[in-house]
Parts: sequence; structure tokens; C-alpha cells
Amino acid sequence: MNLLRMTLVTALRALRRNKLRSALTMLGIIIGVAAVVTMVSIGRGADWAVQQQIRSLGNNLLMVLPGATTANGVRSGWGSASTLSVADANAIQKECPAVAEVTYVKRQVVQVVYGNQNWSTSAQGSNPAYRTVRDWNVAAGRFFDDRDEAGARPVALLGQTVVDHLFEPGEDPVGAVIRVKEVPFEVIGVLARKGQTAWGQDQDDLVLMPFSTAERRVLGTQILGNVDMIFASTAVAGDIPAAAREITALLHERHRIQPGHDDDFTVRNLNEIAEASRSASQVMTNLLLSVASISLLVGGIGIMNIMLVSVTERTREIGVRLAVGARRRHILLQFLVEATALSMVGGAAGLLLGVGSTEVVARLAEWPTLLSLPAAAAAFLFSGAVGVFFGYYPARAASRLDPIAALRYE
Amino acid sequence: MEPLIVIRDLWRIYHVGDLEVAALRGVSLDVRAGEFVAVMGASGSGKSTFMNLLGCLDQPTRGSYRLAGRDVATLSADERAHIRNRRIGFVFQSFNLLPRTTALENVELPLVYGNVPLGEQRVRARAALAAMGLAEWENHVPSQLSGGQQQRVAIARALVNRPSLLLADEPTGNLDTATSVEIMEVLRRLHRDEGLTIVLVTHEADIAAYAERLITFRDGRIVADVPRVEGAA
Repeated sequence: MNLLRMTLVTALRALRRNKLRSALTMLGIIIGVAAVVTMVSIGRGADWAVQQQIRSLGNNLLMVLPGATTANGVRSGWGSASTLSVADANAIQKECPAVAEVTYVKRQVVQVVYGNQNWSTSAQGSNPAYRTVRDWNVAAGRFFDDRDEAGARPVALLGQTVVDHLFEPGEDPVGAVIRVKEVPFEVIGVLARKGQTAWGQDQDDLVLMPFSTAERRVLGTQILGNVDMIFASTAVAGDIPAAAREITALLHERHRIQPGHDDDFTVRNLNEIAEASRSASQVMTNLLLSVASISLLVGGIGIMNIMLVSVTERTREIGVRLAVGARRRHILLQFLVEATALSMVGGAAGLLLGVGSTEVVARLAEWPTLLSLPAAAAAFLFSGAVGVFFGYYPARAASRLDPIAALRYE
Repeated sequence: MEPLIVIRDLWRIYHVGDLEVAALRGVSLDVRAGEFVAVMGASGSGKSTFMNLLGCLDQPTRGSYRLAGRDVATLSADERAHIRNRRIGFVFQSFNLLPRTTALENVELPLVYGNVPLGEQRVRARAALAAMGLAEWENHVPSQLSGGQQQRVAIARALVNRPSLLLADEPTGNLDTATSVEIMEVLRRLHRDEGLTIVLVTHEADIAAYAERLITFRDGRIVADVPRVEGAA
């Protein structure tokens, strides 16, 4: 046997000899690595889900909301003032070169009735560009077009949540007549399911209709041309900051806002929100990771403990090895390899357990999970490093034994 | 030609707390290659300390020790490990075989640490076991072997690296009379047929009688060094 192979064989033999003890020692490492793998998987899964939700609002999207984030130093909510208009939206479309498409929305909570079912939902009026800007497909029927808009026709598209509440399962809503605030509307289409926004709002709970229809037939507003929100999309993500600057400058001019005064609108960049939520989930993942690392640390201490016991138990063996010509570093290496083998076998088992528990979490809790190969590899290598680190002290103690005392040890 | 072992005024002083205990007080000795020497003495006489120094397991406080022409009194721990590996074979009272390790692997151990090529290791270990009449036992672990067999495995291990010196520390201390005779016959044969230099520690006169020269220790000094006619006891 060559030296390295003997060292390895000796180490594995020593671990096999005390199966229960080895298994218990590995437990800390197993749990640590499994926790790291599971936590990273769940964290990445949650992050991915949030990114999906934000992307569901539409691609490369800017939101313009009425009201300032701060007014005279007082923070007010979005949409607390009605300062945006259709004219603003049209101006953005015309005068901001970085902006590809613009849509706008006016909304109100209304009662919707079909047959003997009724449901309270958000009625939204918008222009036909809404479909492409929000990147929202039609599941059945059609979207309203310019003629519907021009004629203020009583046509509407329903979100999936509204369909679920008003219609029997299997019933086709397209062509049905519903009543919105007592006004009969023909359902011309059903919107594809979008799910929740990152802030927990059900996007599918709405009745969508042409802007002119909403203004004249349903919402009954005093000031025409007022909107609650403007969406602007850009062709590529890189144009978003430029588009935000252009929109801000344009609205400053249009709303005659003097330098030094508060804006009466707010431009929100959805990529910023995505970034913020990503860093929030990153913080959470890091927090969980540090807890998992503590388990690895405790596992390492367990390894150190058991290796010290092993060195004491095998003092005589060490004496014999020294007597027949083993050098200090041979003994050091032998116990270091043993500790590392212990931690890496534990690491491998932890890896399997981590993948397994990720699967269980995904199935039972129905959380989105995303296995990370680099994180798994890092956890495994780290477990090896724990073995080397915590194995070093006992191994050094073994290598410093006096051969005479070791041979005489009972 | 210089004797195999040349020792001059060897001292070994232990520090126990503030106390100085001189276990060896100026020992001088020559052992020629091919001698069979028995070392006797009461416990505390310094013979164990002497054997540790002879086996390069320990360093003398003062004095010189030349083994095969080389000064080994001032070597580092690793250099002494190398000398032990190449020059010295140990046989212990309690055999000191690695448990749960086959006889063959036990015998290979010095070769592993001596960086002997892989193929040669097995050949030499097999030959050493066969020379001890244990060819059929090479895959047995110590717990499956009798005391005499275990001690013969230990002798095979001691000789596998072809040392200049065999140190036997009470090699029959754990064996019954018949087995003791068997082991001593093995040592005598190695000495007579192969010219092996042997230093044997014992406190039994009939075991010492196998040697050709008897050295007696008392209070850290050699008090008697006499040749013995073989078979005198």
C-alpha cells in the first residue's frame, strides 16, 4: 500500500469500526449541509416567484402615479390627488423618444351582477394599448379596439377571478350580458390569468372596458380626461432610466412645477421594485444561511470532540507507527484525513437530505424552490473545510505524542 | 572497523517538576555487528531508558551515540524516525500489532513509511512472514492468532526493512514457557544464521542465557558486562 492509500484505508476503517459514533458525529454536518441546501433552494425559489410576479405586470414597465411621494415633507400615498390626464399620457407617447407605448387607467370599485350572482370588483377603463403594454393575453373572445373606444360601446373583458365568481364552472362568459353599476355590458372576452402582484393584489379581479365607456357610462366623473395611473413601456430594459427622466421632465413642464417645489406625480420604475424585493429576499436568505452555518460549526466541534477521543483511544497505535518510522506529518495527515472523511461523508449525506427536503417542501408546502448547484457544491466543500479546520487540533495533538509514552499507554 | 554501536558517557536526566532525576549516569558501551546481547537489571535500574535511547525513541541529555558510523544523539524527531525505519527493528513484550489489521498489513507498515515501491512491499512482507512460518496466516488479524504467532508477526515486521539492529524488550514476557522457548529459538537462529545484531532486555536468567554477552544495569550505570558461553544456564 502506498502512504496515501494506507492513510485513506486506515481512516475509513476507523470510521467503519464505530458506525454509530461516526453517524452521530456526522449528524451536525448532515443537518448543517441539508439546511444550507434547503434554505438556498427556498430562497432562490421565492426570489424567482417574486421576479415572475413583477414581470407579470408587463415588461420594461414604468408607472406614473398622481400625487407626490412627499408633499411639504408629509408622505402621502400614491394616487392621493388627481393630477394626471389622458393628455399627459398622449404627450408622453408623442414627446418621449425612449417610450415605446403608453396606456392609462381609470378605476373604481363597482358592483357587477350576472343572473343571481354579484361581485364587488374593480372596473377599469383603458385604451386598446393596455393589452400590449401590460403584456396581457386574452384567454377567450377578443380585446376591445379603437372603434369600441370611439363609440364608447358597452363592452367588457373579465378577469379570471370575476369569471369564477359570476359564472358556473364550464359556462362560457363570452357573449353574456352583465350589469356594471346597473348598466348592461356585453362580455367580449376573458383575460388570461396573471396572479398576484408582488404586493399581494389580485390582478385578475377586474372588469376591463374602453376608457370612454368607463368615463361616460360607469364612473360618472366630474372632470373628464382624468386618469388614475399611466403605464409606459420601453422597447428594451436599458431604456427605462432614460424614459423615466424624459417623463419626469415632460410632466414638470406640463404641470408647471417650479424648481424646488414638490412634484405632483411619481414615476415608479418596476425594475427598481424588483431589485428591492430581490435584495429583501437576499437578506432573508443570508439570515437563514447564517443559522444553517451555525449548525455546520456545531457539527465541526462534534468532529473535534470525537477525534480527540479517537486520538486518546489509539495512542498505542500511534506509538507503534512512530516506532516503525512514521514521521510527525504522517500521523498528522492520518487523523486529518479521518476528520475530513468524517465531515465529507456527512456533507454528502447532508446534500442528499437537503435535495430530499427541498423536494418535500416543494410538494407539501407548495413553495416554489430552485436547487442551486453552486450553493450545493459550496456547502459540500465547506463541510470538507470544517473537517480540516476542526480536525487539525486533534491531529496535531496526535502527531506530537512522545513515542515512548504512547507505546506504554494503557 | 568501527563497532555497530559506540556509546560514550551517555546521560539521561528527566525533569520532574523542579526535581532532576538522572536515569542514566554516564554509560559507555560498544556492540559489534553480529553480537547477541542481553540487558538485565531491576526496574528503575535505567535499562528501559537505555533501550529507548538505543532505539532512537529518545534523545540523551549528554554523551554520544554512534549507530553504524553515524552520530544519532542529536538528530531531530523526523531524522530519528528515519533511523528507526531503516536501521532498527522493535519487538515488544505486548507485541504491539495494529488491531483489526491483517498480519500482512502489519508487516508492510515499516515499508509503507519507508516509501518502498508498492510491488516490492508485498513481496518482502510475504517473504518475512514466510520466514517466520506464517505464510498461511497472512490474512488473519491479531485477535485470530496465538500469542506466539503474534510475536512472530511482530518479529517479521521488525525484520522486513532489513535493520542493522533488533531490539527486543522482554519479548517473552507475555508468553508461556513453551512459546517463550519457541520465540527465543527464532531469535537465536536469526543471530546465528543471518548474523543479526540483537539487544534483548529481560529479567529472566534463562532467557538471558540465549545471549552471548550479558550486561547488568544498576542505578543508571553498567555494573557488569560479561561474555557468556552459550547454553550455560
